[in-house]
Amino acid sequence: MKNDTTSAKTMFRADAIQRIMAFGALIVLAVGFSLASPYFRTFDNFVGILLATAVNGVLGLGVTFIIITGGIDLSVGTVLTFSAVMTGVFITNWHLPIPIGILGGITAGALAGLVNGVLISRMKIPPFIATLGMLYATKGLSLVISELKPIYFNDTPIFREMAMGSVLGKIIPGFEVPNAVLILFGAAIIAHLILSRTILGRYTYALGSNEEATRLSGVNVAAWKTAVYTLGGLFSGVGGVLMAARLNSAQPALGAGYELDAIAAVVIGGTSLSGGEGSILGTIIGAFIISTLTNGLRILSVPQEWQMVVTGGIVVMAVYLDILRRGRK
Amino acid sequence: MNTLSPTPTSEINKKLLRMEGISKSFPGVLALSDSRFELRSGEVHALVGENGAGKSTMMKILGGIYEKDAGHIFLEDKEVEIQGPRMAQHLGISIIHQELNLMPHLTVAQNIFIGREPRSKIPFALDDKAANQQTERVLDMLNLQMDPTMKVADLTVAKQQMVEIAKALSFNAKILVMDEPTAALTDTEIDELFRIIRQLREKGVGIVHISHRLEELKQISDRVTVMRDGKYIDTLQTKDATIDQIISLMVGRVIFETAPELPEVPSKEVVLEVRNLNRGKVLRDINFSLMKGEILGFAGLMGAGRTEVARAIFGADEYDSGEIYVNNKQVHIKSPGDAVTCGIGYLSEDRKRYGLALGLDVKENVVMSTMKKFMRGLGWMDFKKIVSRGNEMVKALNIKTPSLEQKVKFLSGGNQQKVVIGKWLTADTDILIFDEPTRGIDVGAKSEIYKLLNDLAHQGKAIIMISSELPEILRMSHRVVVMCEGRVTGILNANEASQESIMKFATMRSNVVRKN
Repeated sequence: MKNDTTSAKTMFRADAIQRIMAFGALIVLAVGFSLASPYFRTFDNFVGILLATAVNGVLGLGVTFIIITGGIDLSVGTVLTFSAVMTGVFITNWHLPIPIGILGGITAGALAGLVNGVLISRMKIPPFIATLGMLYATKGLSLVISELKPIYFNDTPIFREMAMGSVLGKIIPGFEVPNAVLILFGAAIIAHLILSRTILGRYTYALGSNEEATRLSGVNVAAWKTAVYTLGGLFSGVGGVLMAARLNSAQPALGAGYELDAIAAVVIGGTSLSGGEGSILGTIIGAFIISTLTNGLRILSVPQEWQMVVTGGIVVMAVYLDILRRGRK
Repeated sequence: MNTLSPTPTSEINKKLLRMEGISKSFPGVLALSDSRFELRSGEVHALVGENGAGKSTMMKILGGIYEKDAGHIFLEDKEVEIQGPRMAQHLGISIIHQELNLMPHLTVAQNIFIGREPRSKIPFALDDKAANQQTERVLDMLNLQMDPTMKVADLTVAKQQMVEIAKALSFNAKILVMDEPTAALTDTEIDELFRIIRQLREKGVGIVHISHRLEELKQISDRVTVMRDGKYIDTLQTKDATIDQIISLMVGRVIFETAPELPEVPSKEVVLEVRNLNRGKVLRDINFSLMKGEILGFAGLMGAGRTEVARAIFGADEYDSGEIYVNNKQVHIKSPGDAVTCGIGYLSEDRKRYGLALGLDVKENVVMSTMKKFMRGLGWMDFKKIVSRGNEMVKALNIKTPSLEQKVKFLSGGNQQKVVIGKWLTADTDILIFDEPTRGIDVGAKSEIYKLLNDLAHQGKAIIMISSELPEILRMSHRVVVMCEGRVTGILNANEASQESIMKFATMRSNVVRKN
């Protein structure tokens, strides 16, 4: 019994080490690339990395929740496309006011997530299958609705401005960080608060930790699981709007494969695929590791194909380190 | 939030619970028939019986986890229909299951308040501070030193159990059922648990204590109810009852209708010897030997470590230390593959999970572990050979199947077991470990399996038979190894073995004498 406190201390240290390790890896990458190339360490390039992280980071937020419950969501990439296309339909085709269009786009994503949640928690379809189905369905719907053509936001320049303009640049002259980056950090803070401070967050962990015990404690497991997938869809929706604004167009063929980047970010960030643990901070670090890596390798003129190989290696290594840590327990 | 309001002392000893005429059957098994149980407030009531006597089923009905087929449940003389665990909780019934029902990644306080978290004024937001404070209060009442913000995964099993007790109390539990609470605890931890149980008893909580450790009941319980074969047998005042008396009620006086049908005495040729086998707290210093042509029974209560011995020998689990000799040669078995090479076969208690590929057919299962023998060059399967081997086994073991192409999932339990046996015979293993060979098999098929075991022993195979059914052990074994808590507590010859003697060794803890 007297071991309790000492073992708790070592445990805490192990946890902290894991968190520091991911952050350390990010710093090492950044420093390494900075030494290797003067182009990497320019302000514009850092802004480029931040911007490149925005969409994947936002997607990763929702996926973090889902993976903590012990589930998986393969549909976030194409739900993002679907939301972008719907935003285009609302704003450009139907001439709805921009805020309504944005809200509509996000709602479209949340609805897709809701369907995922119902399929998984009520109809007991395994998350892998349910969201695989949603992946195809939203991919197809995006093409059908857009009639295979991009929808441009040329009539509403302010829409693009919302992501690519810089509020910060107006406040601090010269510090031109696009709003999309602010949106990422804002969304991350909100996600962090939901995960750590609300009932939804608590049940997210409880579901992944021991679903049966949670059920026997009288928690409406199905309802909360549905809520988690809906939240995942909602973040995909935000990602979709962000993407559309950044490109000034809704591209119906873009987005497939994004789910893999998002899952990779979550996993690199130390969230366990077996559920019960994970953090938003980890996911954000994970997303930055991926985009820094991509950016740095590109600056060093490493072909894109090889960038993918390296990313693959990093994902596997991150999980292996996690297994080693657990094994030591 | 109201967390704990002990029943006033005046209410102590009033009738809290009555269960009457309770019956419950599962497909193929009558788990409870016309059983009953009674509990007063402020008492510790021990519920004992052999494996499968129906203790846990009875309590799961009380906890709303199973639905009863027949019978009545009265709480303080009011009849109740308990629908689901949620309702049981509201009625003041809390069950602490053998497998603890906690969320390891959450903290102590988060576990205790799961499903009814204190909220802050901000919508949806939690008030963890309040939860921690209330948890501290509950823990204080139990005189427990524990940090509410500790993760449950970082606590010892004993402390985790305390968390479950604290959780039950925070629900204002009037009835607390503990299923084998001491199974995983050390002696000091058991003392701590008993201190808390006594404290709850003084507060008027009625406590049901399910345990296999009989000498422990003398210390903690006021009354003992014995169950056997799903039936209520008797209730005794603990202070008047002796352990021998309880054991004889547990095993009953029924004499097994068939006399032992042992093949002639085995040779003295030792084929397997295990020396000083250790694995953590699970296996401690296991020593035994197995003779050619012998059936060696392994008896013990659940969790005694019998299956663990088998798994260690078979290379399914790593062991810490010890030596294993096959035919007087030391072997180092690191994987089931090694074990098969040494001529050891293991027939798991869970055929469907570990013994068979249910979706494959009879012949494919028979050659499963020896596929290499049935191949031609380049990995092509030799179907002719497979079919002839399949036919051979179907005939030799009398497997009732419409064809060799029948998927094994459509066979009966007994015939599935025969397919598994056929698989190991094909692998040509001389040492066969049967783990609960007749579990889930109906009576007729059982005697066929018995006959088969005897035939195998007769042919010179050496057999280890793990069984929780004492009549089966007595009927089949040349010698009986009895285990308790990871130790071998006795090795009995067939003529010394009886239900009583086995039970005595099976409940023999390492330190039988414990002060009150």
